[in-house]
Amino acid sequence: MNEQELRDVVIRALTEVAPDIDPAAIDPAADLAEQLDIDSIDFLNVLVNVHEQTGIEIPERDYPKLSTLDDAVAYLLAAQPRGAGTDA
Amino acid sequence: MTSGTLLEWRVKPGDEVKRGDIVAVVDTSKAEIEVEIFEDGVIDELLVPEGTRVPVGTPLATVRAGAEQEAPPAPPVPPAPARHVAVPASPQPLEEHRLRASPLARRVAEQLGVDLATVAGSGQAGAITRTDVEHAAAGAVTPAPPAPAAAPSPAASAPAAPAPAASGALAPPPTPPAPPTGEPGDRALAMRQAIGALMARSKREIPHYYLQTQIDMSGALAWLAEQNLERPIAERLLPSALLLSAAAKAAAATPALNGFWVDEAFRPSEAVHLGVAISLRGGGLVAPALHDADRSSLDELMAGLRDLVTRARAGRLRGSEMSDPTITVTNLGEQGVELVHGVIYPPQVALVGFGAVLERPWAVDGMLGARPIVTATLAADHRASDGHAGGRFLTLIDRLLQKPEEL
Repeated sequence: MNEQELRDVVIRALTEVAPDIDPAAIDPAADLAEQLDIDSIDFLNVLVNVHEQTGIEIPERDYPKLSTLDDAVAYLLAAQPRGAGTDA
Repeated sequence: MTSGTLLEWRVKPGDEVKRGDIVAVVDTSKAEIEVEIFEDGVIDELLVPEGTRVPVGTPLATVRAGAEQEAPPAPPVPPAPARHVAVPASPQPLEEHRLRASPLARRVAEQLGVDLATVAGSGQAGAITRTDVEHAAAGAVTPAPPAPAAAPSPAASAPAAPAPAASGALAPPPTPPAPPTGEPGDRALAMRQAIGALMARSKREIPHYYLQTQIDMSGALAWLAEQNLERPIAERLLPSALLLSAAAKAAAATPALNGFWVDEAFRPSEAVHLGVAISLRGGGLVAPALHDADRSSLDELMAGLRDLVTRARAGRLRGSEMSDPTITVTNLGEQGVELVHGVIYPPQVALVGFGAVLERPWAVDGMLGARPIVTATLAADHRASDGHAGGRFLTLIDRLLQKPEEL
């Protein structure tokens, strides 16, 4: 997946746990949990959803590396196996 | 809650049902509630068509129970599944012998000229109380703002639910005189009113006492991180699961904190149904139950928690989850606060609070180090227990968290 596709994946996962948020209003550089008022269970549900959409493994110690939208997209971009999901 | 709208039938006549099956979805002013059936049998007749608004206690369907000839009415509108309340608007005329009223209520009804058959009972097993009669006499046909007479009485609307004295209506917000509409704005308002009425009642009636202790979480968190290394993401545990498990097991060992204060007496509960306070997006909160939490594994608790949070926020909780927590936990640590002094949900007698797990200086064996520390608090009802029992409870939570592998 390219950067835009991964961004869409994360946003889709976020709106799944917080249907009331406006994706356009997300500040890509700000802490997601804080700005969207999501808790650790919501955040886990977001990561599970991202994993299901992409197949990318996200070890627990890396959770802090996905705390903003930009960081999450960068992490996923680097973490996805080469050539994976190019047909998505 | 005084009425609900039947949104959807999940069964049809002739369907076989087992206790616990979801048979219908009802819209209350606060949320959509999945109605469970409380007996095994075969659906005989659906009495209420979809889209109909009916008062609480209205039988929704009849069920043939096995070989029995008679079809016991079931299940009525939650949150009082086994409660039959005679109300004038009820489509089902209810027999006189189902009317339960205290002698005092009967006397007051006679004095005020109130026909008991027209009064909705909020007491135990749907019994009509003096307040119900006074409320009826005051002509409270239309929803009114929370007044003493309309005060939530989850304490008493005991359905034939598993927990003795279990309240039919302990959804925090249980019995709001809700505006009869399902608009989101009205729902938020109704929830605010209901929470206000319930919490005001708690602060008015319950002599709270408060205790707190600090717990070293380093062992528990290290164990958790190690566990999670081997787990696929969807099966990983959060620290909340450990805290809930410890609280549930400690509650099972401290009967004076686990149960209900009903009719001027404490009724301990055999089972530990752990209420979990869940904040809703857009405001308000619910505290549905994780059933038999003291006997659940961490995996079961974690799965239950994720499921409850997801469904609570989507507005899809089950009647029994809303009605029967025996003790509640609130975990405000997510917001970074260190300490929460809880307000007990009547008719429960205790509320356990956890703050954030924070790095703090901590002395062990004469040495000072930085450790992850959580502050656990207990708000408990002094009518049911004393500080001694409460203290033992918090100490036990601490001890349990030092052996996470046994949770």
